[in-house]
Amino acid sequence: MSNRAVRVPYLARVEGETALEIKIKDGNVNDVRLKIFEPPRFFEAFLRGRDYSEAPDITARICGICPVAYQMSSVHAMEDAFGAKVEGPLRELRRLLYCGEWIESHVLHIYLLHAPDFLGFQDAIQMAQAHPAAVERGLKLKKIGNDIVQLLGGREIHPINVRVGGFYRVPTERELQTLVEPLQWAVEAAEETVRWSSTLPFPNFERAYEFVALRHPEEYPFCEGRLVSNRGLDIAVREFEEFFLEEHVPYTNALHSAHRKRGAYHVGPLARYNLNYDRLTPRAQAAAQSAGLPPICFNPFKSIIVRAVETLYACEEALRIISQYTRPAEAAVTMTPRAATGFGCSEAPRGLLYHRYTLDDQGLITSAKIVPPTSQNQKTIENDLREFVPTVMHLSDDELTWQCEQAVRNYDPCISCATHFLKLKVTRE
Amino acid sequence: MEVARKPKLAVWKFASCDGCQLSLLDCEEELLTIAGAVEIAYFPEASRAVLKGPYDISLVEGSITTPHDAERIHQVRRASKFLVTIGACATAGGIQALRNFRDVREFHRVVYASPHYIETLNKSTPIADHVFVDFELRGCPINKHQLVEALNALLHGRKPNTPAHSVCTECKRRGIVCVMVANGTPCLGPVTHAGCGALCPAYHRGCYGCFGPKESPNPASLADWWSRHGASDPQLVRLFRSFNAYAEPFRRESEAHEQSSS
Repeated sequence: MSNRAVRVPYLARVEGETALEIKIKDGNVNDVRLKIFEPPRFFEAFLRGRDYSEAPDITARICGICPVAYQMSSVHAMEDAFGAKVEGPLRELRRLLYCGEWIESHVLHIYLLHAPDFLGFQDAIQMAQAHPAAVERGLKLKKIGNDIVQLLGGREIHPINVRVGGFYRVPTERELQTLVEPLQWAVEAAEETVRWSSTLPFPNFERAYEFVALRHPEEYPFCEGRLVSNRGLDIAVREFEEFFLEEHVPYTNALHSAHRKRGAYHVGPLARYNLNYDRLTPRAQAAAQSAGLPPICFNPFKSIIVRAVETLYACEEALRIISQYTRPAEAAVTMTPRAATGFGCSEAPRGLLYHRYTLDDQGLITSAKIVPPTSQNQKTIENDLREFVPTVMHLSDDELTWQCEQAVRNYDPCISCATHFLKLKVTRE
Repeated sequence: MEVARKPKLAVWKFASCDGCQLSLLDCEEELLTIAGAVEIAYFPEASRAVLKGPYDISLVEGSITTPHDAERIHQVRRASKFLVTIGACATAGGIQALRNFRDVREFHRVVYASPHYIETLNKSTPIADHVFVDFELRGCPINKHQLVEALNALLHGRKPNTPAHSVCTECKRRGIVCVMVANGTPCLGPVTHAGCGALCPAYHRGCYGCFGPKESPNPASLADWWSRHGASDPQLVRLFRSFNAYAEPFRRESEAHEQSSS
C-alpha cells in the first residue's frame, strides 16, 4: 500500500493534451512528471521570414483560449522595435479588449473547469443539475466577456481587428454603449462570483512562492510595466532572458522556464494579485476582503477566488474605459519598419506572456522567441504536487488522482500554449 | 415502452490551438440545450467523464503531425458513425503546415534545445488525407453558429446548411463597400470560402483566408490583380501561405510565386 502510482493518461478540463505521473515509494513522493504530449507546432521557426504585421494574426493561433494575449504581446514587441508608442483612446481600447479576454477566460475556468472539482462533479453540465443558478450565472457572465472581444475584435476566437499600431477599425461611442447595461449586471455577478467561490472547500495548503508579474505605476497590469517579484526582482521587460531561462526536459514537449538563480517561480492571477493588490479598484478590494481573501495569499487552490476578483476588476475597468471613450480620428499609429529587436510582455489570463522579435530593415522577422505562462508554471505545478500528495496520501487511488488533477487545474494550464506544452499518471510502487 | 437513446457526441483533438472545440463552450446560450439533446460522451477539455464508444457524432479538431496521431485517427474513425472535421487544422493542415514547405529538422533546432526528445512527422496533414470524413466545417476558427447548425442538421438527419460560395457573396449581401475596389486593399475574399460573415471587410481590412479556398476558385487571376496593385511575389507567397497554406489551390498559387521570386 505504501508503494503507489497515480496515472492520469489524459488530464481533463485543461486546454490541450497532458498526462500526469506520480510515483510514490514507501510513502514518499519519488517522482512527479507533468508530461505534455501535445504535438509541437514550431511557431518560432516559421515566423522567420514573415512580415512584422502578420505576427498578431499568426501568434494568436498558438492559443484559441487567449488569442488576445498573443496579439497584445506581439504588437507591443513590434512597437518597441520601431520606437512607436500607442497612447490615448487606442491604448484604452487595447485594455478594453484585454478586459473581455480576462472575463471570458477566467469565468470559463471558474465555473466550467475548476468549480466542478471543488463540488465533486465530473463537469459543469453535471454541476448544472445541482447548481443551475450558478452555472447559468457563469455562462451569462462569460458571454459578456466574449461580447466585448467580439465587438472590438470582430469575433471571440482569433479576433481580426488587432494590428501593430492599433486597430483596423475603431468602434463608435454608441457601439460601445451597448456594452454598458450588460456590464453593470456583470459587476454584480462578478461580485457574487467572488462570494460564491469563497464558500468552496479549500485544502489547507500553502507554499512560499516567488511570484512574478508585471507592475505598472498606476494600473492593475495588462500590457505594460516592470517585471517584479516578492523576492526583489525589478527589471525591464527587455531584461527577461537575462534573468529567466527555458530548459528542455526529455519527458515533455513543452520547455520549462526557470529563474536562472532561484529556479521555479509562479505566474498568473495569484502572482498578479499578491504583487498588485494596491492597484485594484476599491470595490474589488472590498469584495476580496468580505470573502476572507487577504491581500497576500499563498494557497494556490484559492486562485479561483482571485480569478473572480480579477473578473470584477475587469468588469469595472471596462465600464470606466467605455464611459471615458472618445473615438479617435485614426484607427492606428503609422509604423516605420527598421532593423531592430523588440520586446513585449503582457498578462495573459494564465500569467506572463513574453515575446521577442528581431526584424530586418524591411520589417521581416529574422528571429522570434515566445515564452507562454504555462511553460513558466510547469516546475511550480510539479513542486506543488510533491508537497501536496503527502497531505492526501490516505485517500483511495481514485480520490487521490482527482485531488492531484485539481491541484494542476489551480494554474488553469494551457497546453496548447506551452507546446512550443499537459496528461496524469501516479505510480505507487 | 422503449426510451430513445440520446446520440453520443465525442470531441477529439489533434495538433491545434483548441479554439475550434472551445467554440462549443462559447455557445453560452445553447450549451445546456445541446447537452440536453446529446450525450457528451468524450470531451476532455470540458469533462473528466469518459463513456465508451461507438460515438454517433465525432468532432475532430487538429491536424496529423506525429506518428502516434497518424495511428490514433484510425481508431477515432472506427469508433465513429459520423466524423466531422472542424477548423483549418483538421481540414487543411493548419498554420503548422508551414513546415511542409521547409526542412522540419531545422525547425526542431530553432525551437528545442534537444531536438532528439521530439517525435514529429515531416508534414502536417488534414484528417481527410488519412481517413474518410463525412462532413467538414471550415474556418480558423470555425463559426460557432455553423457548428450549432451542423449538429442540429446531423441530429435531424438533414444536410447542414453551410454555403461553399465566396466571402465576396457574404460581403455584397451585407452591403459592405469593397475594400479592394475602393481602397486597393489586397483581399482574399474572391477565392475564400464563406462562413465568417465577411468579417474583415466589415472592419475595413482585407480578407486573409481563414476559411480556405472556396469551390473552384481562381487564385491566379486574383494574384494578377494584386500584382497590378503593387504586390511583390514574396508578398503573394505570404498572402496565400497562412492558415490554409496546404489546401491545394492556395498551395499551388504560393508555390508559383515562390518560383518566380527565386
